Amino acid sequence: MRDRVLDVLENVGRATTRGVAELGFAASLLGQSVYWLVLGRARKQPVRLAPIFAQAMDIGIAALPIITVLAATIGLMLAIQGIYTLKTFGAESRVTLGVALSTVREFSPLITGILVAGRSGSALAARLGTMRINQEIDSLTVMGISPVRFLVVPPLVAMVVLMPLLTLWADLVGLAAAGLYIAVELQTTFAAYADEVLSLLKLNDLLHGLAKSAIFAVLVTIVGVVNGASVTGGAEGVGRMTTRSVVHAISAIVVTDMLFVFMVTR
Amino acid sequence: MSQSSIVVENLNTFYGSRHILKNVSLTVEPGEIFIIMGGSGSGKTTLLNHLLGLLIPTSGTIRILGKDIHAVSALERQALRTRMGVAFQSGALFSSMSVGENIALPLREHAELDETTIGIVTRLKLEVVSLAGFENLMPAELSGGMIKRAALARAIVMDPRLLFCDEPSAGLDPVVASSIDDLILRLRDAMGMSIVVVTHDLDSAFKIADRICVLDKGEVLALDTVDAIRRSDNERIQNLLNRRTEEAEVDPDAYLRRLMGEKERSTRFGPQARKGL
Repeated sequence: MRDRVLDVLENVGRATTRGVAELGFAASLLGQSVYWLVLGRARKQPVRLAPIFAQAMDIGIAALPIITVLAATIGLMLAIQGIYTLKTFGAESRVTLGVALSTVREFSPLITGILVAGRSGSALAARLGTMRINQEIDSLTVMGISPVRFLVVPPLVAMVVLMPLLTLWADLVGLAAAGLYIAVELQTTFAAYADEVLSLLKLNDLLHGLAKSAIFAVLVTIVGVVNGASVTGGAEGVGRMTTRSVVHAISAIVVTDMLFVFMVTR
Repeated sequence: MSQSSIVVENLNTFYGSRHILKNVSLTVEPGEIFIIMGGSGSGKTTLLNHLLGLLIPTSGTIRILGKDIHAVSALERQALRTRMGVAFQSGALFSSMSVGENIALPLREHAELDETTIGIVTRLKLEVVSLAGFENLMPAELSGGMIKRAALARAIVMDPRLLFCDEPSAGLDPVVASSIDDLILRLRDAMGMSIVVVTHDLDSAFKIADRICVLDKGEVLALDTVDAIRRSDNERIQNLLNRRTEEAEVDPDAYLRRLMGEKERSTRFGPQARKGL
């Protein structure tokens, strides 16, 4: 009995220290990435543009079709739900306000973040994990090439630049799709809808969404890298950590979103 | 007298409470082929990782080319690393790059050369390891022996003073393994570097070694020339040379505890501290 209690306590303790260690690792990775980005040239290891562009193509441009489809779908869904619920009060004409604000402030950054976490965060974790078990990361280290500078900074920079751009695109597509439905359903014109959106939305709303997406970009990259770099146990380990990275990244995005909104709207 | 390439003094290291390397001391002289030999679990891979500066020792010092690898500044360590090359057991070629790009990577990162020169040096090194014309293939398209050769080419691309090879002949058929041995000898003769080879392949060790260090359970059992090792009357060395298995001493109490599935709390610790990513 006593042994079992000790075992439970031991496991709780170990899990806690593991969690704290992982957070510390994540923080130090972020710190090191900024360090290399700023001081790389002085350390004779500049961060190069070519891999950043390659990552940007992979993370951003290749994700455009699916982001377009999903953003349009979300826009339509919001318009349908909005008109349906507002009908209760006979206030269908106010639907634009809800759609515009919720798309720009919440849905676009969230859906973009989740999509990029699933596409690129997991790919990053799998790539780093495979490199870890193939000793490729050790091999970079012994060549005198910082793995953080070579493997982490390019996707981090690409992600931080591309995620807000993708979010902006999702804003446009989502609002346009919602507008098409609203114009038809409420028998107004798309131009009138666009006018209304422009008068309702403030720069602040747009920046709110874009700032969040930049934070999500950092979260997705760091979570992917931490999980990838912690892979042990061969191919199965890579699979496990890839899954874990998607789950962690999406959870981190949702929780951070809530915290961000709480802090900003107070 | 020129300075030793590697000096290891009283190296101790632990995984949790397991003592992996016990007071290991050795020196590697310039231009010599130094073999680290030992059975599985003897600590030879751990020793190699320490020599590469990938692990932090519990105690002891490691001086590579005259510099303490853990005491120097990051910039000096980076400079030191450009003077050593490593061919890992699996090759560790970057799977997303072609063979040529793999070999050119250290040059691109550390030397300020134009692309033409980089191309020439890359092809030159591929010639040295008899892989000319393969620079556009991806690592996945190479055979086991070719991967080892490509890894060697990448390891020597910066003309290092010190070359490490981890199990160069593991997983290869005897003919290809022997050709890798010849290649290592040729590299030393052509470039005059010190070469540290970790292996458990006896034939290969005797063929290429100047000196052999036999590790057993984390201790240096013997460190001597090939002939002296062959003549050694130490029973454990003879067992290793003649491929005899050793009867493990039976501790009835420990045996019983293992059967009962009792775990020792203190042994369940995580892996040893690594540096960086």
